[in-house]
Amino acid sequence: MKLPITMIVNGETWPLDVEPNEVLLDVIRNRVGAKGAKIGCERGDCGTCTVLFDGRSIRSCLMLAVEADGHEIITVEGIPENGVLSNLQDLFISHNSFQCGFCAPGIVLGAHELLRDNPNPSRHDVQHALAGNLCRCTGYEPILDAVMAAAEEARS
Amino acid sequence: MTITRRPFETDTDERELTFVGKSPTRIDGLEKVSGAARYVDDFDFGPDLLFAEIVEAPHAHALIKRIDTARAEAVPGVVKVVTGADFPFGFGLYMKDRFVFAQDRVRFVGEQVAAVVARDEGIAKRAAKLVEVEYEVLPPVFDPVFAATEEAPLLHPDLADYPHVPWFFPHEGTNIAHWRKTRKGDVEEGFAEADLVLEDTYEVPRYAHCAIEPHVVVSLYDRAGRLTMWSASQSPYTQRHVIAEALAPLGLTHQQIRVITPYVGGGFGGKAGVSMEIMGAALATAVQGHPVKLRFTREQEFYNTYQRQGLKARIKVGVKNDGTILAVEHTMHWDAGAYVEYGANVVNAAGLSASGPYRVPNIKIDALCVYTNLPPGGPYRGFGYSEFNFGLESHMDRIARRLGMDPVAFRRKNAIVEGDTLAYGEKMNPSGLLECIDKVAAAIDWGTKETSDDPHKVVGKGFALMWKAPAMPPNASSSSFLKFNEDGSINVTVSGMELGQGYLTVMAQIVAEVLSVPPEKIRIETPDTDRNPYEWQTVASHVTWGCGQAVEAAAVEAREKIFEVVHRVHGYEEDSLFLRNEAVRCATDPDFELPLRDFVIAGLETDDGSYRGGPIVGSGMFMPEFTSAKSDPETSQGGHPNVHYTVGAAGVVLEIDRQTGKMHIRKTALAVDAGKAINPDLVIGQIVGGLVQGLATVLYEDMRWGEDGRLLNPTFTDYKIPTSLDIPDEIIPIIVEVPQPDGPFGARGVGEHTMIPAAPMIANAVEDALGIRITSMPVTAEKVALSLWEGEA
Repeated sequence: MKLPITMIVNGETWPLDVEPNEVLLDVIRNRVGAKGAKIGCERGDCGTCTVLFDGRSIRSCLMLAVEADGHEIITVEGIPENGVLSNLQDLFISHNSFQCGFCAPGIVLGAHELLRDNPNPSRHDVQHALAGNLCRCTGYEPILDAVMAAAEEARS
Repeated sequence: MTITRRPFETDTDERELTFVGKSPTRIDGLEKVSGAARYVDDFDFGPDLLFAEIVEAPHAHALIKRIDTARAEAVPGVVKVVTGADFPFGFGLYMKDRFVFAQDRVRFVGEQVAAVVARDEGIAKRAAKLVEVEYEVLPPVFDPVFAATEEAPLLHPDLADYPHVPWFFPHEGTNIAHWRKTRKGDVEEGFAEADLVLEDTYEVPRYAHCAIEPHVVVSLYDRAGRLTMWSASQSPYTQRHVIAEALAPLGLTHQQIRVITPYVGGGFGGKAGVSMEIMGAALATAVQGHPVKLRFTREQEFYNTYQRQGLKARIKVGVKNDGTILAVEHTMHWDAGAYVEYGANVVNAAGLSASGPYRVPNIKIDALCVYTNLPPGGPYRGFGYSEFNFGLESHMDRIARRLGMDPVAFRRKNAIVEGDTLAYGEKMNPSGLLECIDKVAAAIDWGTKETSDDPHKVVGKGFALMWKAPAMPPNASSSSFLKFNEDGSINVTVSGMELGQGYLTVMAQIVAEVLSVPPEKIRIETPDTDRNPYEWQTVASHVTWGCGQAVEAAAVEAREKIFEVVHRVHGYEEDSLFLRNEAVRCATDPDFELPLRDFVIAGLETDDGSYRGGPIVGSGMFMPEFTSAKSDPETSQGGHPNVHYTVGAAGVVLEIDRQTGKMHIRKTALAVDAGKAINPDLVIGQIVGGLVQGLATVLYEDMRWGEDGRLLNPTFTDYKIPTSLDIPDEIIPIIVEVPQPDGPFGARGVGEHTMIPAAPMIANAVEDALGIRITSMPVTAEKVALSLWEGEA
């Protein structure tokens, strides 16, 4: 028995019929077509499925789609404004912050949430905020550098 | 025009470089931060996409007596159920000892016995549970030392029949799939002359790659009989080759198979060769006309893809009182797992190099590749060197301390230099090892004792060297096609993979340097075996060096065509022409400047209105023609198995809590001789990322096995990889550049090497701080604390 839901994904309204056991991540990827959110572990460990849910980062592999009824979801595709990348995204590029890039969408979202809530983070604050987003390639340093640079630029 | 590589010495030595040696940002950066980058699982395949689920063995060693698929086949939505009987085919990269699906027996917990293909994933999963398999359980063997004895259960009675490369030496009637013996000088004489001989055993467990993207393959065997695979792979061509060989009885040929590899979400060796992908290929042939997706769960990722092999190593080293190393004997029993089609070459590589980056007159290495009832071992960043280097570099530190010598001075005294004779008789290539040692020692203030304000904490310093050669067949080759576009931009096709290391950017920089076109105007395309030319594999840290030479050759060929057409129309001698800022210039006519975009497609107009030239294209190929795997099987003397070694050193300042054993890295430095860092920032990325990955293997990563051979921690909850909170306070990356004569602009590979010194340097720092020596990995806080308590009890 499918249930009708409506969610707002990256500013667009999506009325959908979903099974009660459908996972939000699968619906975002396969029904909405926002492929930025990735499947990495399906148990909330790796953070590569991170999306912003009413502005808060969540693991979309751990939420059912029906729970998203009436809520607003942002994926990495929804971060640029009017097609222009955020300053943080530009700094991730200039710092060569990512290697394989599979964790990048989740980390972009997690870092945006952090800088929105705490424009003046310490390096440890950034480490703490991103501790649920696993990256196997970079050793995190260039990611932290870019987030700190974004905070610095926002202050100046 | 021929496509052989032309000499290039004027470019490498005399000209100032414009794009090489600089750090332009990655050409894939925008795609990756915007979400535009597509990985295999991000492509849509339409409503007829089917999903596969694997039926797995619950026993580590058992005979398959009967399989009943009737109940699974009856589930609505199930399209097909297959078993080993449907695909009685062996396969393998270096030794054909593996099967698409298990045949008469299973050899590890989780091995694929059957598969269900269904219309959705839920149906496939439910139906897979209904496949009934009857087993006769056999005694398993997990310890590689016992497994190598005649008392051990025999895992592969057909070992003698498996086709394999000529440089493997299987021992029929045993579990020894390959035994690499290297002999140089006479170790017994060396030990007899030594003032000090130290012997001990070191243990290294298995490790998991943990790429964040799980293995996934989508395969379509279309109604015209073509098999197309979208594969998360480091090795598209090798995958096509291995699958074409294995599935030839089904009528598949190389020409009929196409492998497409978009971005890969991390590999580290785990996506090299062929593992689960061959199931995808086979299943596609069973459901012709429908694409079928096989995606591993994180758990399967842990227990049914390649793992890094375990190692038990016995090391004996003899030295003079002045610190001169006289002899190294290194006996390694490798826990290679159920199938060694790839892993045996890891053992082989270690067997040629386990004397380390030292000048050693007498060497005896025995590297035994031993079958066990654990998952198949295989390539993992470091390819055997990380494993043997834990024991070897621990041992060298202990020798130095016993002699009363400073461990860094001891290493410096014995460090291998250019022209020294290697274990297998060839000469060492140019090497900046001494410079690496000195720079790391300076970076961590070696020789200065550090303390902690906390009375419970002590601080130690550790040091380790590393080296590694690419482990490749002697004919591992690369090729490249290059074409200009109307606006003077360039597309290059290669079949090396962008795994994150920055390969695409580095290839663009090489082309940029030769053709004076900036990297942002160069598009390097990820592999598609129908369109991109051949590459052996993206492994061995060889693509910068090997594929880089093919790309350079393609660019040089295009340049020669450019000069030739300019000569024909304008009359300038070809050797007076050169490229600068996307234009042809002439040394004898400073006023001449012809932009590339004006003629690389359109050609050059002559006085009579006709045109000369045509679309400029280039192609390049590369094979290391000086290598050979032919050598004496009893000594390994006589061949030239390795193209060169990359060397380096690393050091650490480690703070340890005496009460808990908890360790904290204040500072760590790693120097690697890159030959020439084509993109220094990307080399630094390899140093930092590889070092953190290596530190995790020594500090906490650890595969835990039940007595039945079941992996107990196949999740990121229980198998911990580093988070952003688990990194050292300070990492100091150091690039040394002693050029590799045959490398593009002098470059050699660095990708894997940065993991290799991490483990022993931690063990050495623990001894420096606490006086205790831990000889088994990982060196966890628990192990340190228990050792301390034992010492105090």
